[in-house]
Amino acid sequence: MRIYDVELSSRLLLGTAQYPSPATLTAAVEASGSEVVTVSLRREAAGGRQGQAFWSLISSLGVRVLPNTAGCHSVKEAVTTAQMAREVFDTPWIKLEVIGETDTLCPDVFGLVEAARILSAEGFQVFPYTTEDLVTAERLLAAGCKVLMPWGAPIGTGLGLTNVYGLRSLRAHFPEVPLIVDAGLGLPSQAARAMELGFDAVLLNTAVAKAGDPAVMARAFALAVEAGLAARKADPMEPRDMAAPSTPVLGKAVLG
Amino acid sequence: MRIIVNGQAREVRSDCLDALLVELRFKHTAAATAVNGAFVPRAQRAATRLEEGDSLEVLVPMQGG
Repeated sequence: MRIYDVELSSRLLLGTAQYPSPATLTAAVEASGSEVVTVSLRREAAGGRQGQAFWSLISSLGVRVLPNTAGCHSVKEAVTTAQMAREVFDTPWIKLEVIGETDTLCPDVFGLVEAARILSAEGFQVFPYTTEDLVTAERLLAAGCKVLMPWGAPIGTGLGLTNVYGLRSLRAHFPEVPLIVDAGLGLPSQAARAMELGFDAVLLNTAVAKAGDPAVMARAFALAVEAGLAARKADPMEPRDMAAPSTPVLGKAVLG
Repeated sequence: MRIIVNGQAREVRSDCLDALLVELRFKHTAAATAVNGAFVPRAQRAATRLEEGDSLEVLVPMQGG
C-alpha cells in the first residue's frame, strides 16, 4: 500500500490511547505489526514529564507516527493543532479531525474540507477522518487529500461497519484512492469485512486498547486484516439466492 | 503580568516566550506553542512578546486514537 509516497506493508494502523499501561501499549503495537500509530498533542502541567515519557516510548517502537487533531471542533483549532503537531512530530502527515457533533463525534465535513484545503496548501499530507459521503470525498480529493478515512461507525462504539452500502459505493467510486476505514470497529471480523470490501487498510484503537488482552487482540486484528486482504485478492464468488449443490449430481446412485 | 497558561491564570515575570517557557519550567524539547490561538514556531519564540491577558498553550506528545 502506497500512501503519500510511503510504502507500507502492514494494513493495520493502531491508536495509542486508552491502554492500561505503557508496557501493554508496547506489546500491542508489536503484536499488531503496525507500521503507523496515531498520536496527539495535549497540555502538560509545568514541570511535568508525561509527554517526554510517552514520546520516548513511541520513539523506541520504530514506527511512523500519524498525529491527529482529535477533539478539534473548528477549522482554526484543527489547523493550529496540525501546525503544532508538524513541529513536534516532524512529519507532514496529519490525521485531520474536525468534529461536528458531540454524541456521535460525526465529522463536520464542511469544516473538514476547508481545513484540508488550508493544510494541503501549507504542504501537509492530510488523512481526513470523514464519513462515507461521496460528495464530501470528492471535495476532499479536490482539496488535496490523497487518502480518505471514512468511519466504520462512531469513534469508540465498536459497532463495526454500520453502512456497508455507503462504504461499498465509496470504494466503487474511487477505485484508485487509498481508503482506510477509521473508527468504530470492535471485532477482527469487522476488519476482515472492511478489507473484503476492498478497503486498503483499517485504523483502530479502542477495540484493541479496551480488550481484556490488548496484545492478543492486536494480533487477532492483524490476522483478520491479512485474511480480508487475501480474500479480496482471491476474487470472491458472487452470492446467490438459490442453493446450488457443490457435490456433483452426475453419478449419484439411485437408492430409493 | 498575568497571563493564561494552558487554561490557568499565572503570574509571570518574562514577557519573551522563550524566557517564559524556562520560567514556567517547560523543559520538554518536543513541546509546541501557540499564543492566543495562533501557532508560534520554535524559531519565532525568542522574538515573540506576550502581553497582559494573553493566552499561551504549550502542548506535548500524548496518546491518541
